[in-house]
Amino acid sequence: MNRIDQKFQALAAKGETAFIPYITAGDPTLSQTARIVLELERAGCDVIELGVPFSDPIADGVVNQEAAQRALLHNVTLHDVVALVRDLRKTSQVPLVLFTYYNPVLAYGVEAFAKDCKDAGVDGVLCVDLPPGEDEQYKRSLDANGIATVFLAAPTSTADRIALIAKQSSGFVYYVSRTGVTGERTDIVSTVQGMVAAIKEHTSTPVAVGFGISTPAQASEVAGYADGVIVGSAIVRLVGQYGEAPETPAKVYEFVKPLVDATKSAHRTASV
Amino acid sequence: MPSSEVLSKTPRKPYPFPDSRGRFGRFGGRYVPETLMHPLMELEAAYNKAQSDPEFIGELAALRKHYIGRPTPLYFAKRLTEHLGGAKIYFKREDLAHTGAHKINNALGQSLLAKRMGKRRVIAETGAGQHGVATATACALLGLECEVYMGTEDMERQKLNVCRMRLLGSKVTPVDSGTKTLKDAINEAMRDWVTNVADTHYVLGTVEGPHPYPVICRDFQKVIGEEARCQILEAEGRLPDLLIACVGGGSNAIGLFFEFIQDESVRMIGVEAGGHGPATGMHAARFAGGVVGMLHGAMSYVLQDENGQIMGTHSVSAGLDYPSIGPEHSYWHDIGRVEYAYANDDEALAAFTMASRMEGIIPALESAHAIA
Repeated sequence: MNRIDQKFQALAAKGETAFIPYITAGDPTLSQTARIVLELERAGCDVIELGVPFSDPIADGVVNQEAAQRALLHNVTLHDVVALVRDLRKTSQVPLVLFTYYNPVLAYGVEAFAKDCKDAGVDGVLCVDLPPGEDEQYKRSLDANGIATVFLAAPTSTADRIALIAKQSSGFVYYVSRTGVTGERTDIVSTVQGMVAAIKEHTSTPVAVGFGISTPAQASEVAGYADGVIVGSAIVRLVGQYGEAPETPAKVYEFVKPLVDATKSAHRTASV
Repeated sequence: MPSSEVLSKTPRKPYPFPDSRGRFGRFGGRYVPETLMHPLMELEAAYNKAQSDPEFIGELAALRKHYIGRPTPLYFAKRLTEHLGGAKIYFKREDLAHTGAHKINNALGQSLLAKRMGKRRVIAETGAGQHGVATATACALLGLECEVYMGTEDMERQKLNVCRMRLLGSKVTPVDSGTKTLKDAINEAMRDWVTNVADTHYVLGTVEGPHPYPVICRDFQKVIGEEARCQILEAEGRLPDLLIACVGGGSNAIGLFFEFIQDESVRMIGVEAGGHGPATGMHAARFAGGVVGMLHGAMSYVLQDENGQIMGTHSVSAGLDYPSIGPEHSYWHDIGRVEYAYANDDEALAAFTMASRMEGIIPALESAHAIA
């Protein structure tokens, strides 16, 4: 069984919500990313999203854009990120999801990418600008290699689209909590809980919520009804601030631990 | 050769592109974050409805005639023809359309559509500034709020158009990320749209982007070729041997070519920006240096490195300085219907001077690539 599915099953048995951090791979360097991943795991993160740097990240706010640019200064490629996962698998079994744009995957070759993901130990892929149905080969190849296909659902998704997204997603469904790009916000939109419930009517696949979550209070609120809480830009900002300094992984740990704790101690109002 | 009357009435075969998924063969499509999927479908439905609504058609036709000043002339360039001593050369004078370029055809059509859809705000990207000026103009006319994204490098080299947009009441937002040109302005416009999609329409300025943009823009621009076909039949009693147009995203070229695409005797050439020459890496010749990839929602030829990162481009003309090309052009390229060539900066500049001095027509640097 895929590591993501195993993790969500174990959490469900305990009535817990997953905490899922996002970091940009290669920011500032691949070796620092590896150290940060291990600290995230030590802090109790359940699934880790590794962002693949791309030159034209249209779904990202300025924090993630700048992180991608820093990684691209060292020419970090999708091949490098897959290799990073292969290295990490020597010491860690934490579920890893690649968060990427479509063009690097196309350039890699969808078939070869899926196969290499399997060999390296990647558990899932989210292609932010590839909605379900646009490339059947992508879904087929990842399925054939046992890699979860995470798709986005959004506040603008209609019932038809939610049904399609729920059907095509494996690992988890990533619900984008608001219309907009990635980045920290002060509130959680009131429609999120209803949308999570609507998605869950169509699928038993877990639903995680991201975009705009950055504080323990927000994490706790969302953890009350979602299967996973995703925090990205706030962590990426911190990594950007400390960069290559040796204390960066520890700083990330300190920042993430209260988010993990808030997520884990949240009282679930809806069953998984 | 059949008579001009026969030619102008030749029945057209149905043209099957784009298909129901917005594809031109393997090109095009709708590769966007999920948040934009439903808005794109809404736009497609609203557009299809408008296209069969006599009120919309009538309103657009009246604005084309009285506001844009269509039809634009087809001008016989006598001195240039004599100088070059070959084929008779005609210019389709889109520079005489209101705001000085063909961009108004699409900007006005889309802004009318936005108003019909109940959107109060319109955003646009611009490279050379012509599409920004055209959109700002349409918004002023229709009473819509307008914000235009423009790369800081383009703002510097196209200062006059920045002033014009502001005069027209539009906000011009500088984009300082990436290559600071058209590509990055589109990124920023897409980020705005994904955030404000409820009350905002994005007027994409060329036959690029996710479906239905390439077809909407083509349909609003094809009036260029429809007019040109009637005008050349009237002037010469026959179809032209060759059509030439510059190609950035390619809206002007599609506008001219589309009406002739089934006239097999008409050869067509799209001219890309060669910059300092494709060998130098400083250019925007997608067919000479690109491979198939996906940028800004559409599968097409894209200038990129082997890892799928989009490459910077260079052209003396801001309007051609873009790493991808409209998906329908990629389709025409692959089936061999249209030939694509490139002109380097210096060739375009020489043609620019020649047209100015010999015909008294100062062309856009973009159009000078076609003259070269």
